[in-house]
Amino acid sequence: MRAWEPVIGIEVHVELMTNSKMFCGCAVSFGDEPNTNVCPVCLGLPGALPVPNRKALDWILAIGLALNCEISERSVFHRKNYFYPDLPKNYQISQFDVPVCREGHLDVVVDSETRRIGIERAHMEEDTGKSIHVGVGGRIHAAESTLLDFNRSGVPLVEIVSHPDIRSAAEARVYAQELRALVAELGVSDARLEEGSIRFDANVSVRPEGQVEYGTKVEIKNMNSFRSLERAIAYEIDRQIEVLESGGNLVQETRHWDEEAAVTHSMRTKEGSSDYRYFTEPDLVPMYMDPSWVETVRSGLPELPAARRARYVETGLDVDQAGVLSDAPAALRAVYDKAVIAGAPAKSAVNWLTGEVTAWMRRTGTDPEAISLTGPQLAELVVLVDEGTISASAAKEVLEGVLSGEGDPRQVAESRDLVQISDTSALNSAVEEALAANPDAVANYRAGETKVVGFLVGQVMRATQGKADPKVVNELLTAKLDG
Amino acid sequence: MTKQRSLHDLTIVEAGARLRSGQITAVELLDSVIDRAHKTEAQVHAYLTLDREGARLAAEAADEAMAAGDDKGPLHGIPIAVKDNMCTRGVETTAASQILAGYVPPYDAHVVTRLHEAGAVIVGKTNLDEFAMGSSTENSAYGPSFNPWDISRVPGGSSGGSAVAVAAGSALGALGSDTGGSIRQPASLTGIVGVKPTYGTVSRYGLIAFASSLDQIGPLSKSVTDAALTLQTVWGHDPLDATSYSGEYPDLLAGLDAGVDGLRVGVVEEFAGEGYEPAVEEAMMTMLDRLAGAGAKVVQVSLPTVDIALSAYYLVAPAEASANLARFDGIRYGHRAAGATTEALMARTRAEGFGPEVTRRVLLGTYALSAGYHDAFYGQAQRVRAALRDEFGLAYEKVDVLVSPTSPTVAFRAGDKVDDPLSMYLTDICTNPLNLVGHPGISVPVDVDEQNLPVGFQVMAPALGESVMFRVAAEVERLAEFSSSPVLEEVAE
Amino acid sequence: MPVEIDIAHVARLARLDLSEEELETYKTQLGAILDHAARVQSLEGEPEVEASHPLKFENAYREDEIRPSLDRDEVLNSAPEAVDGYFAVPPTMEGE
Repeated sequence: MRAWEPVIGIEVHVELMTNSKMFCGCAVSFGDEPNTNVCPVCLGLPGALPVPNRKALDWILAIGLALNCEISERSVFHRKNYFYPDLPKNYQISQFDVPVCREGHLDVVVDSETRRIGIERAHMEEDTGKSIHVGVGGRIHAAESTLLDFNRSGVPLVEIVSHPDIRSAAEARVYAQELRALVAELGVSDARLEEGSIRFDANVSVRPEGQVEYGTKVEIKNMNSFRSLERAIAYEIDRQIEVLESGGNLVQETRHWDEEAAVTHSMRTKEGSSDYRYFTEPDLVPMYMDPSWVETVRSGLPELPAARRARYVETGLDVDQAGVLSDAPAALRAVYDKAVIAGAPAKSAVNWLTGEVTAWMRRTGTDPEAISLTGPQLAELVVLVDEGTISASAAKEVLEGVLSGEGDPRQVAESRDLVQISDTSALNSAVEEALAANPDAVANYRAGETKVVGFLVGQVMRATQGKADPKVVNELLTAKLDG
Repeated sequence: MTKQRSLHDLTIVEAGARLRSGQITAVELLDSVIDRAHKTEAQVHAYLTLDREGARLAAEAADEAMAAGDDKGPLHGIPIAVKDNMCTRGVETTAASQILAGYVPPYDAHVVTRLHEAGAVIVGKTNLDEFAMGSSTENSAYGPSFNPWDISRVPGGSSGGSAVAVAAGSALGALGSDTGGSIRQPASLTGIVGVKPTYGTVSRYGLIAFASSLDQIGPLSKSVTDAALTLQTVWGHDPLDATSYSGEYPDLLAGLDAGVDGLRVGVVEEFAGEGYEPAVEEAMMTMLDRLAGAGAKVVQVSLPTVDIALSAYYLVAPAEASANLARFDGIRYGHRAAGATTEALMARTRAEGFGPEVTRRVLLGTYALSAGYHDAFYGQAQRVRAALRDEFGLAYEKVDVLVSPTSPTVAFRAGDKVDDPLSMYLTDICTNPLNLVGHPGISVPVDVDEQNLPVGFQVMAPALGESVMFRVAAEVERLAEFSSSPVLEEVAE
Repeated sequence: MPVEIDIAHVARLARLDLSEEELETYKTQLGAILDHAARVQSLEGEPEVEASHPLKFENAYREDEIRPSLDRDEVLNSAPEAVDGYFAVPPTMEGE
């Protein structure tokens, strides 16, 4: 059996949530009545002219910088010419050979391993309108028709094209999720896959392992969730391998993922590939993105997921924990940062936050921004457990108390009477009593059944209403039994 | 007995003076123009839409404003015609095409807004070659326009209707658009002044696009001063046009009386010889002598690349047009043909809605951009433009303005060139280079031939060189003493 | 330099439903025009093509501000067919 290597590239379209459209002042807004956010420009009326939205350009710069891209100092727009009812001018203003951003990369973590996925380009363009296909009743021959809404026409769109560096369906999913998180973090897009404000297409091929030449590339469309992205690509890889192994040939085509049937279907192939007749947009002038403009954008960038993960690893987390924390809400991450500064061990801090704290938030329906837990408090909680002042189980209660606003951990432990007894002198009598009350256990221990200590520890715990520090109790018992 | 000059015969300057002195009202002025239109339209067909109501309201408003002391400027109360490829809100705008029959734009072109703000009275929308593609106005889907100097002849194109309105007196001034010569050539053929300004100085927002990098809107008028006043009214930066010039604009009026003493005038060698009618060449020579006599230094200049400029034009213009006209698909406005699918509907709509010249250019442009041909045709044409620009630049190091005939011929007979596209294209040979390089040009009537058909003289200047261009044009106008007028019978409707 | 033109393909690209006869006529006319236009190839040298704009503009933008949209009724008035606020068209066959 031959080993096959999947070769995958992902194309992403990101709708930018600017106030106004890319080339006109119509509002960028979703769910409004059809054709209420339109004007001569985005409707393609005769005589209309485009003028680019500067903020959209700031934002594509942000995306490009976040993806470690080279920024083209001079770039231009092109007309991409094709006829389609939802494309009002029957050309799309896009970019062809001089995109704003080039040659970057995105590092993703798959199976605890960091993989660098190359980004070929990111360019600026405009979105199309939306078509709705309906059946029209009441006619003699009930034909279908198509209804067109141009509210979306002209919304700024950034297209990001990766190099074919992805090697598995799972990796593709992680890449897509990471990219989504990045644009959301930048604040440039809602990036909601279900709503279409971020859209993914995949280019999938396979080749025998070790071969340099690429196999036949198939484009996959209509993947509307991260799960279906992974499933579709996995399916397609298998399909291609099956075809090739049975001696068949693959056709370079576009296929449509059918979520219900869980297969990809061939879409009707058009005669030849499209001839877009690109030429420089004569209604627009070149863009000069000078270094100071780029610097202004760069200095305004928030901390990005990859940098954040790296920083967390430096505080002492492993790669997976860093990833989990990076995805946690900002408010929790802020607590983590301060807890670590206050001396909390990184791993304990992250476990508490992503574990008990998150569970509590869910149970009580509290927003992360509204929790009353500070970094120093979390650090204190961890210290209390480590020094044995409270048991691990008691700590959960203490945490709850802190979250409910009862005060600092030490206060809560005391007021709720959760402080462990670890003082040996205080525990001695209870230990003695337990030994005295269980001579058989003592005898069994001395006969070699050392595990019976656990039973005796339990007795002491009962006698002290659970407040004894089980470790200390264990030590005392063992000492007396051995001694 | 001298014929009493009618109000419609006045220049904008003259009419403006009388309006301000209270001698006439804007309503009277308009009435004279509308009356003249009624008596001439049957013969010349300048207009596609005569907006009597709208114009009346505007004239009344102009009179009120003027009486209240609100003088909006030189075009206040002046009847102006607008070429029907500029959008006028609420008024049908067709670009002389069937595909836009009945189309009423929901917005005004920038220049239309400027006219309204200036208190001008928009008389109506004038005829043109369909989508501005043509040089005779014979390509209009609504019938051709005719030359007031001889109604068996064309007025030129594509702004033929606007030229006719001004020449016939059914407007005191007009706006046209010029992509390869479409203002200057009809101005030349109808004995009036026509200006194509520097690319980017007049906003194209609301101008139905033909070739985006070549189109410019400009004035047609009876005098150089009228043209300057009209241009100043409509030009200026527009934030809705990304190609709109945002720097300082030239002063057009200051140097109008300065004469040409000491100015260097370059005669473009290539614009003479075979194909140029004797009357045109003679008129050229006469004017050059007079300019020299008035103190200009007249020299010959060679611009060898103009020999292939027209070829480049017939690649760039159709290519851009093929994309600009793609939006006419029957989906959102205009004519819609029957079709079972949108693909069929679009293709049938366009075949039904576009005339032969437009179809020809859309096919040509699509071809020039298509895979495999792009670089050899469209790409190469762009290189020719760059070379031409360099050549003009070198020339302007030695001269202040360049001059040539506006057109190699006077007005030709209707029907003469319709079956020979190439021969029609050649009428733009002197004008199209300026569109390719974006420089300004003006046509001034200087003489008539033996058949009383006007000859135009073209003055060209570098980008933003309108001051010196108008200065020379004003002197040409003075030296020509062009006083001929068309003999146009008034025919009662 | 005679050029062989696949006129049917060009007409398809341009969405023009023309008859065989019309296609033949246009093909001949286009051939003649292109012969003339092909003279651009005689240009010597390879000048650097900057943008078309003679005044060498760059960076013409607008701020991200909302401007009033058109009134939908006025928009749909021009529509050959409108249904419930949408533009209505026959079904579209090809994907894009």
